[in-house]
Amino acid sequence: MGMTITEKILAAHAGMEKVTPGDLINSKIDVVMGHDLSGPAAIEELERIGADRVFDREKIVLVPDHFTPNKDVRSAENCKRMKEFARRHQISHYYEVGEMGIAHALLPEKGVVLPGDVVVGGDSHTCTYGGLGAFATGVGSSDLAAAILTGELWFKVPDSMKFVYHGKLQKWVDGKDLILYTIGDIGVDGALYRAMEFTGETIGQLPMSWRLTMANMAIEAGAKNGIFQADRVTEEYLQGRAARPYKIVQSDRDAVYANVREYDVSTIEPQVAFPHAPGNVKPISQVEDINIDQVVIGSCTNGRIEDLRVAAQVLRGNKVAPYVRLIIIPATQEIYRQAMREGLFDVFLDANAVISTPTCGPCVGGHMGVLAKGERAISTTNRNFVGRMGHPESKVYLSNPAVAAASAVKGKIANPEEVAKN
Amino acid sequence: MIFRGRVWRFGDDVDTDVIIPVQYTSGTDLQEFGKHCMEGIDPNFYKKVNPGDMIVAGKNFGCGSSREPAPMAIKAIGISCIIAKTFARIFYRNAFNVGLPILECVDAPDYVEGGHEIEVNPDTGEIRDLHLGKSFQAKPIPRFMQDLLRDGGLMNHLAKKLCK
Repeated sequence: MGMTITEKILAAHAGMEKVTPGDLINSKIDVVMGHDLSGPAAIEELERIGADRVFDREKIVLVPDHFTPNKDVRSAENCKRMKEFARRHQISHYYEVGEMGIAHALLPEKGVVLPGDVVVGGDSHTCTYGGLGAFATGVGSSDLAAAILTGELWFKVPDSMKFVYHGKLQKWVDGKDLILYTIGDIGVDGALYRAMEFTGETIGQLPMSWRLTMANMAIEAGAKNGIFQADRVTEEYLQGRAARPYKIVQSDRDAVYANVREYDVSTIEPQVAFPHAPGNVKPISQVEDINIDQVVIGSCTNGRIEDLRVAAQVLRGNKVAPYVRLIIIPATQEIYRQAMREGLFDVFLDANAVISTPTCGPCVGGHMGVLAKGERAISTTNRNFVGRMGHPESKVYLSNPAVAAASAVKGKIANPEEVAKN
Repeated sequence: MIFRGRVWRFGDDVDTDVIIPVQYTSGTDLQEFGKHCMEGIDPNFYKKVNPGDMIVAGKNFGCGSSREPAPMAIKAIGISCIIAKTFARIFYRNAFNVGLPILECVDAPDYVEGGHEIEVNPDTGEIRDLHLGKSFQAKPIPRFMQDLLRDGGLMNHLAKKLCK
């Protein structure tokens, strides 16, 4: 009986020949990530137990990305605490405002997380790095503190579920639609405690940014991790980025899966997740008139250069509808510069969009676009829970960047086909 | 130790944004976390709970973010234990890591209603609904997790190990 990618990576990091689902193992960690909410909470815990030290300063990444640039005094105090910790322990991967980006876009871009790694982060969307073929999962601040201190954590080896995608994608459909469709199919706990392995001929052709988008939302189906087989696309992406050697791991032919789902992607339209769950999806053709007040294009899900390009393609020659706010947030400094060089900023500014420095701000109702009571937003982010983006009586719809951009122009949720002038 | 208290009922997929919105999660003040506990469902929830009360919920309790203030807020207002059909995995870890007992039970949530008085033995997983006069069996808490609870959470557990 063979092993899945997830099982192989965990076995290798636990120093075992073989693991099977349900085994409790102690795993070595290659990369530990904390941000300005989880990081200071972990640091507080380390100080409280009198263990103000780190297992390996090269393997810890600290990124102030949530409430930065500091939105208020409390955020400033948190960031200061993390900065002082980074300085005190000479943490190699500390990214100050100006270098930083949204962690889940930044770490792949910098080549810090690599195929075959075990990565934990004090953020539920740490599963993003599965797009590169790493085992990556989110943890709370106590686990984060324990990982910073010891470089190890216990895990229960998850069952794996296989998702096989065939066929050619329709126009305006991207990785976001595939993952929204999948969550709609299996439900927001459809992969609870499990690994989601994404495979099939369609997947082999997806660019890295779309794979990262899909892995990013594995948690929205309850999964422990989402994972892709690293391949030629992965290797091309990592060329000139990978900061150390890495090993590509493949699932065995006779690996065992708890469940296999197959999808013909040629039938999948752009998807919209309705309030208040990411699994509450409808195809764009079945969305009736829903007026909106705000559009957000960005985040760890969809703030990469490919996302901004498609948004610009829809926005070119158009204006944002009256009384609607369009907020565009390139996820990293590199993406920001690239978008500027390609002239995308002119398209955005001509359309009356605002362009923000990288931040997670609006996705979590933090800053840079919080909703008032009764307001509605369509957003390329990953969650639309009650109160996620502001007031408990506001509403968030989730979509890909093309649908979000088209909706900004129409002032209501719209199909990009109706708006793009090409 | 046996917990005894009144039940507060919640449904499926109770998410961490409802348990505590992110804007209240950046401090370390437990009482402050508690004041926003379940704010998205009932802003006055924290005033109604008596110490020892328990939460009974459906599937996927605690889905969403990795914020540890979610179980901390629930613990801060005096909830002694959560019983649900299933828990989201990060919440599951976080609850034990902050020393909050939680039990997975497939059938109790189908019968136990809000306001019922129940008794829970976290060591054996036995749940007794005194109002219904009916018992349920939850999955026993794994040994390692029991150690965490006994030590008052992961960091205290680690501190104890470091001292040895």
